[in-house]
Amino acid sequence: MFKLKPATMTRFRVQLPMHLMLLPCVIPVLIFSYYPMVGIVIAFERFFPNRGFFHSPFVGFKNFEYVLNLPNTYQVLWNTVFISAMKIVAGIVVPVLFSILLDLVRSSRVRRTVQTIVYMPYFLSWVILSGILIDVLSPNSGVVNQLIKMLGMEPVFFLANEKLFPFVLVVTDTWKNFGYGTVIFLAAIAGIAPSLYESSWIDGANRFQQAIHITLPGMLPIVALIATLSLGDVLNAGFDQVFNLYSPVVYRTGDILDTLVYRVGLLNSQYGVAAAIGLFKSVVSIIFIGTAYWLSGRFLEYRVF
Amino acid sequence: MEAQQGSRLFDTLNLAFLVFAAALCLFPIINVLSVSLSSSSAAAAGQVGIWPVEFSLSSYSYALTKKSFLTAFVVSLKRVALGIGVNMLLTILAAYPLSKTKRELWGRNLYAWFFFFTMIFNGGLIPWYMVIKQVGLIDNILALILPTAVQVFFVLVLMNFFRQLPKEISESALIDGAGHWSIMWKIHVPLSLPSIATLVLFSFVFHWNSWFDGLILMTSPARYPLQTYMQAILEVVDPLRLKGMTAEQIAELMKVSNRTLKSSQIFIAAAPVLAVYPFLQKYFMKGLLLGSVKG
Repeated sequence: MFKLKPATMTRFRVQLPMHLMLLPCVIPVLIFSYYPMVGIVIAFERFFPNRGFFHSPFVGFKNFEYVLNLPNTYQVLWNTVFISAMKIVAGIVVPVLFSILLDLVRSSRVRRTVQTIVYMPYFLSWVILSGILIDVLSPNSGVVNQLIKMLGMEPVFFLANEKLFPFVLVVTDTWKNFGYGTVIFLAAIAGIAPSLYESSWIDGANRFQQAIHITLPGMLPIVALIATLSLGDVLNAGFDQVFNLYSPVVYRTGDILDTLVYRVGLLNSQYGVAAAIGLFKSVVSIIFIGTAYWLSGRFLEYRVF
Repeated sequence: MEAQQGSRLFDTLNLAFLVFAAALCLFPIINVLSVSLSSSSAAAAGQVGIWPVEFSLSSYSYALTKKSFLTAFVVSLKRVALGIGVNMLLTILAAYPLSKTKRELWGRNLYAWFFFFTMIFNGGLIPWYMVIKQVGLIDNILALILPTAVQVFFVLVLMNFFRQLPKEISESALIDGAGHWSIMWKIHVPLSLPSIATLVLFSFVFHWNSWFDGLILMTSPARYPLQTYMQAILEVVDPLRLKGMTAEQIAELMKVSNRTLKSSQIFIAAAPVLAVYPFLQKYFMKGLLLGSVKG
């Protein structure tokens, strides 16, 4: 019979509690994260919920063909990429500039106060923020349009205007999130060696030259890291935001993959079709995320664990 | 001299710009607050800016006596209490073993990948929904707790914190005969209370703000958490509330301009997060750069 060495036995006894600790964590992840991955099979089925994942008729790639033949699939895909790409760019450029400007303020009390205020919207849910935005942007009573009217211009119905809608999404998303980026970048700036500033000061550089030649390059590694990691979000155009701000009037320019999955799957009960779209998104996303982590590990020495 | 003047001019302009940006972030929330504190007619006429017009607390007294609102509030409190408890317990239980090396814990990297993989790949909304349906959690508050019981992000943060603790303490405790269980609770947890407190706040914000799971997993609106309830009333006029009312009562209700009422509810729903978020600031970097950037 196979016999374990005493040393192995002791090691097992010492380690056993740790495996037991992990057990209650492994179980919910297995059920709620891995089991749905098995459920991806329904993308290849005409799925009936009461028959379960494995007993619905198999239809091969029919669901995918169906999606590809829908008239608005490509539009939705384009919307998704367009909106998320603009969000990624604005979400980096704005906080980088803002943190450099904020860092130039001499009073630390002002710096802290501004910082605390601008990252407040980050913590509010899109339900709350869209409630606020719908009110503020309303064509009749909203403050923004009151201002526009005061300037003698026609009120704009921001949330019902096809052309404007994607930009409203980008602007409001940047508004919500730039404070968060600012905090990160300010921390990066704080990490730059003070001696660099001192010696450049002695060499006669003024504050603007310092900002361009010391601060900006100094924060570049973190900017590069965040830019790389955000690659993984190309197909995440922001379900919460779009779902709470859009309406059928702006579907053409505002509908994204996630909202499409929701409507096709949970409202129209075309489960297989919706799962097919979801699978497409997951697969493309993991390719991008994998690339992002690989790049940041290879060139920016970043690792997750 | 000239350079100094230019510099001073820049400081002024820069400060003005920053204050303007801060105002842009603050204003919408102030506006909602003052709308909620104004009379409904002033609000409906769009007269309210930064200050309340014709100050009135009636929308608050209406919201706070409205049964559906209070029910949702209680559901949210329950969710937050349960959610934080489960999140934190499992975060600690996972972070401790994962903070060990491959040699100290057989299969450590396998476990780490097992958890991490769920951050980068998922089965998508529909299979996820079907699983919860199959498990029989629809309409059960546990559906809002169990699927997000393990927050991998939290685990990674706490794991990295545990790793920074001096190894000597736990090693000598191990030699003295203490087991991993008591080392975890008596050494690691007390030493990382600040980190854990931050994760509690993150967990609070997460559970308080979640609304989509409530929308699709709870079929009866009486089980909606507050944010889901808000989502429902902000999207459309709540048909449930209109049921069984006379046309006159409905007209009267509309005149409460819904706007002040909505605003007061928005503010109440946002208030707990507004009270908590300034304490999260310090830990941002740790949170985001959960790996380690060397160099």
